[in-house]
Amino acid sequence: MSKDLVINDLHISVQGKPIIKGLNLSVKQGEIHALMGPNGSGKSTLANGLMGHPLYEIDSGEVIFSGVDVLELEANERAKLGLFLAFQYPTAIPGVTLANFLRLAVSAVRAKEGNGSDNDGLIPMREFRGELREKMRQLGVDDSFARRYLNDGFSGGEKKRAEILQLAMLEPKIAILDETDSGLDIDAVRIVGESVSQLIGPELGVLIITHYPRLLDYIRPQFVHILLDGNIVESGGWELAQMLEAEGYDPIREKYGIKEEQNGEV
Amino acid sequence: MAKSETNTMEEIGISNEYQYGFHDDIKPTFKSRKGLDEEVINQMCDIKDEPDWMREYRLDAYKIFKQKPMTKWGGDLSQLDFDDIYYYVKASDRSERSWDDVPDDIKKTFDRLGIPEAERKFLAGVGAQYDSEVVYHNIVEELDKIGVVFLDTDTAIKEYPDLVKKYFGTIIPSADNQFAALNSAVWSGGSFVYVPPGVKVEYPLQAYFRINSENMGQFERTLIIADEGSQVHYVEGCTAPTFSSESLHSAVVEIVCMKGSRVRYTTIQNWANNVYNLVTKRAFAYEDAQMEWVDGNLGSKLTMKYPSVYMMEPGARGDILSIAFASKGQHQDAGAKVYHCAPHTTSQITSKSISKDGGRSSYRGWVDVAKGAKGCKSHVVCDALILDKDSRSDTYPVIEIGENDTNIEHEARVSKIGEEQLFYLMSRGLSEEEASTMIVNGFIEPLVKELPMEYAVEMNRLIQLQMEGSVG
Ligand SMILES: Nc1ncnc2c1ncn2[C@@H]1O[C@H](COP(=O)(O)OP(=O)(O)O)[C@@H](O)[C@H]1O
Ligand SMILES: [Mg+2]
Repeated sequence: MSKDLVINDLHISVQGKPIIKGLNLSVKQGEIHALMGPNGSGKSTLANGLMGHPLYEIDSGEVIFSGVDVLELEANERAKLGLFLAFQYPTAIPGVTLANFLRLAVSAVRAKEGNGSDNDGLIPMREFRGELREKMRQLGVDDSFARRYLNDGFSGGEKKRAEILQLAMLEPKIAILDETDSGLDIDAVRIVGESVSQLIGPELGVLIITHYPRLLDYIRPQFVHILLDGNIVESGGWELAQMLEAEGYDPIREKYGIKEEQNGEV
Repeated sequence: MAKSETNTMEEIGISNEYQYGFHDDIKPTFKSRKGLDEEVINQMCDIKDEPDWMREYRLDAYKIFKQKPMTKWGGDLSQLDFDDIYYYVKASDRSERSWDDVPDDIKKTFDRLGIPEAERKFLAGVGAQYDSEVVYHNIVEELDKIGVVFLDTDTAIKEYPDLVKKYFGTIIPSADNQFAALNSAVWSGGSFVYVPPGVKVEYPLQAYFRINSENMGQFERTLIIADEGSQVHYVEGCTAPTFSSESLHSAVVEIVCMKGSRVRYTTIQNWANNVYNLVTKRAFAYEDAQMEWVDGNLGSKLTMKYPSVYMMEPGARGDILSIAFASKGQHQDAGAKVYHCAPHTTSQITSKSISKDGGRSSYRGWVDVAKGAKGCKSHVVCDALILDKDSRSDTYPVIEIGENDTNIEHEARVSKIGEEQLFYLMSRGLSEEEASTMIVNGFIEPLVKELPMEYAVEMNRLIQLQMEGSVG
């Protein structure tokens, strides 16, 4: 069965304030979508809501993933179904090494398929280590990365790479990348872009959230959507991203009569 | 990948089979009657065949104990009935020197404590306190060769009377506090360690303690003397069987760190939930000496323990790392004390506590800088993690500074498991329980990484056990 993500008329609010207002979108395995929108338009709200963050209240609508309405599921259940979110601001977990965490996560996510776990329900150490080392090499990160505490004291670039490493290890069906390119210098964007493009294939659907088209130079989307004030106002192909690159968001805002968000994050 | 990583990653290979609430049936060979008086003490001295000075020391301490009022601060001691406790239980007639001589059921108990086979070979010596008496005490030849003494304290009194007499009770006098007085009167077992000048003991000296007789008090007495420029790491860990009636554990640990020496004393305690754990631990550190306490407290009904370092001469350093896990019905009143008695001395206190299911943890700390002790530095960090709204954490820091030229910092943080942290881990497939266990294990990692490998694994297992079923 194909594991598509289908969003129907979704409404999400944060602290009682409606942010996502009736959004429709469908991402199939093997497809690459870009969701572009200015700061404060609700991109991260959508991403967190899809993953099941308790602070983001789903007011109405449905999110069907691989045939299941996931809105009733805890975040870990969604992860086990094959949904993944690379966070815009990954949280630090002091004292927990990336390797320890990833072994538990990989074991949890793969447990459903009943493959390769030992008595503790953990993926065998040797197998895990081999896989981790290979993925780290592909990402161009040092072996010592695995021994560091998760996101604790990581630079912006390291955090984003750690997210992509997790993406590579967890092998989801649908991955949402929330501004994985923001705060990175040109070289770091290239490394992250190239790593993600290596993961792309018929098994993986990707929703790339960004407000700059930089990352898209490495991962060319088939579909581009523009999010304004909690709704997708235009959908198209690569030409939409090029248009934004050339003209910015002002003409679009003007067209839909939406003022610039004053209290939006930067 | 480096080899050390294997270890780190192995730590999450934890199983649920760990058992610590067991109780082996071992017949004590002698048991005093309940309660304490001079007759019980005399009987104990007779059986132990102790020298007169120790008999006098005990009787003297008993007088002091009787005069002391019940301790009113710290935790609730109102349920503690001194008359309802056995003060002396002897499990076996002699100290064992070789593993083959150890009785089978005692071996079985060690097996269940999970002391790995390989470890037995490598350990410098295993001193295991079974009930009140050390029944097994193996010292490898290497220790003898380098002149290191590692004995149970009862034996040390007979074999090294002058050395013991010179230091015994000098760091913690009987009159220090109610429980030091009690221990001085009825102590039994514990370790005596002497490290000669310049000798560095390469591996940790280990001792295992348990309480294994209902209502039996455990009063071990440890004395460690690190001579000039020497180095030693002593480790004690214990698990206890669960009993229904109250038990008392009241140890005294005295440490002398002579010029330029370095001593680390690591403890992991996981007493049964009915145990009062009231321990006095103190070290004197002389010129350029360094004393480190690493102290982990889980379990017990009430723990009152504040390892301390007196920095007696310039350049001395005291580090105390304390961790407490208070669960249902438990009060961990733990902390640390540092006394800067000389100029240019340095201390660091790191306290981490976790409270859960209505448990209470308190940090009680004391930083003292004597008048004229210029250029001292002290840094205190207290982190408390509270897992639910029924649980509680307090800090009682006292800072006494008699000298202007000092640098003292105190940081205290109280946190809950962050929603963002939980969500982050859960979004990667971890259940809520797995996620919170991982966060708690990360929280205590600064302590765990200081532990020998097998203790680190045990500590993570204990945390996992404590966290089981905690998420509803
Ligand atoms: N955790 C939060 N707490 C409070 N307000 C939030 C939170 N997340 C988002 N918002 C609000 O929701 C709106 C959309 O934010 P966000 O989804 O982060 O936008 P984007 O990712 O497109 O920049 C903003 O007004 C922002 O202030
Ligand atoms: Mg955002």
